[in-house]
Amino acid sequence: MDITPDQVRHVARLARLAMDEDSVARMTRELAAIVGYVEQLQAVDTDGVEPLANVSGLEHVLRDDQPGPLLDHAAVLANAPLANEVAFLVPKAVER
Amino acid sequence: MSPAAHLPGVRQIAAQVNAGACPVAIVEAALQRAEADQLNAVIRVYRDSALATAAEVAQRVATGASLPLAGVPVLLKDNICYQGHPVEACSRILTGFVAPYHATVVERLLAAGAVIIGAANMDSFAMGSSNETSCHGPVRNPHDPNRVPGGSSGGSAAAVAAGIVPLALGSDTGGSIRQPAAFCGTLGCKPTYGRVSRYGLLAFGSSLDQIGPLCRDAADAALALAVISGHDPLDSTSSPLPAVAAAPTARALAGLRIGMLELPDEGLDPAISATLTRARQALEAAGASLVPVRLPHDRHAVACYYIIATGEAASNLSRYDGIHYGHRCQDPADLEEVYARSRAEGFGAEVQRRIMLGTYVLSAGYLDAYYLKAQRVRRLLVQDYATAFAACDVILGPTTPTPAFALGEKIDDPLQMYLNDIFTIGANLAGVPALSLPAGHTDKGLPIGLHLQGPHGQDEALLGIAAAVAAVL
Repeated sequence: MDITPDQVRHVARLARLAMDEDSVARMTRELAAIVGYVEQLQAVDTDGVEPLANVSGLEHVLRDDQPGPLLDHAAVLANAPLANEVAFLVPKAVER
Repeated sequence: MSPAAHLPGVRQIAAQVNAGACPVAIVEAALQRAEADQLNAVIRVYRDSALATAAEVAQRVATGASLPLAGVPVLLKDNICYQGHPVEACSRILTGFVAPYHATVVERLLAAGAVIIGAANMDSFAMGSSNETSCHGPVRNPHDPNRVPGGSSGGSAAAVAAGIVPLALGSDTGGSIRQPAAFCGTLGCKPTYGRVSRYGLLAFGSSLDQIGPLCRDAADAALALAVISGHDPLDSTSSPLPAVAAAPTARALAGLRIGMLELPDEGLDPAISATLTRARQALEAAGASLVPVRLPHDRHAVACYYIIATGEAASNLSRYDGIHYGHRCQDPADLEEVYARSRAEGFGAEVQRRIMLGTYVLSAGYLDAYYLKAQRVRRLLVQDYATAFAACDVILGPTTPTPAFALGEKIDDPLQMYLNDIFTIGANLAGVPALSLPAGHTDKGLPIGLHLQGPHGQDEALLGIAAAVAAVL
């Protein structure tokens, strides 16, 4: 499987990672090597085998719908790079 | 001999403090060792809170409490939340983040009388096998400063091996406790998946991650695991099994069925091969029977892992958005730029590589071919383990193909770095407990680790076997 620079740009966009052209070129080479390695799985016969998502044996673990203790809002907002007393702040995203 | 051998271990310290020894003095000595660390194993020392905790422990013992980890100095890998203290996963994207709550393991350590003295260096977001992807720079191996300590829990392993602390917590997604334990000459245990709560662990690969102890021997590991294991309603993947017993299940070697995997023809260091051969002979002489076992799909484990782990990581790390916490780029033009530039500036090269791979294998058109295919192969590997454990009580092999490699040796070749985890990844994919046991040294004095894997949920038995194996090595 070849990886093209265009594919890398597309994946970088999906992953929300800004990438300059040098990084695109390097990432194209590195991803091609790793994807080339994991291609070996295609040779494994998995006909009739269901995908395994987790090994815990647990299913649909739900708790009772009762409010528990909340994190301290001030402590949480203190970690934000930009916030006021009640909210995280972002650049304007919707024009009116 | 490791410098750690001269210092008391977890059991001795807890016994001394419960008998009246002063935990403040013990913690002060550990703080001084951490502050004098020349290995870059300790990235933050919590002097004030540690001394305050030690004084509280003294008070609790004085008023009659007997605490399983009384006065035991502990380091936390920098991906475990300790309320009021920074937790950064050794990544610039989390610079300055202060944990707003305790991880469940931290709650339990503190309740048990342990004293957290600081944070241990690690590969950024636990992605690496050499501790070289840390934003704080690499840790040096205590046995040779020009070699890596392994990773990703490299600081935890080096600190225990150097005698800074008798116990450190690490996390293991594909070998990140066991491989550095082998490289540094400590015991490192990855419990059964779900046995230890991950609430408050910065997530990497959620179907694989486990927290576990790095310490001197199996009895110390059992004592630590007894404290941190057990069901936690705050982690929906938490196992309903009870906490691990505080003492390993005593196990005679006579009659024990030890599974032997066929090893690769090349790539295994001769000193490690010789150590394994000697161990087999010693175990057989002690009455154990050696049983050939096969894990036919294990040769695909690394490929399977790098699809599943990176897919999960790409999803888990989408929360680092430059908005809720951590690094944010300067003067973004719009919201999209906040995300894309903050992440590009904050994540290191290896983390970005894995986010890219994970996003690729989850993307439209490739999900079936890669991610779901890997999940199917994972099921086959789980079945391989079940078949193997029908024939044996434990699987014995090497933890790593080579002893600690040189700093810089593999950092420019991601695939070679990934292949270092070839023997440890299977246990994560299958969810079984596994540990690395110190088993001697190469002629250059580099530690060698033996890898023991046990059946699902049988952590106590595995620790008991490890203690019995260690006694004849």
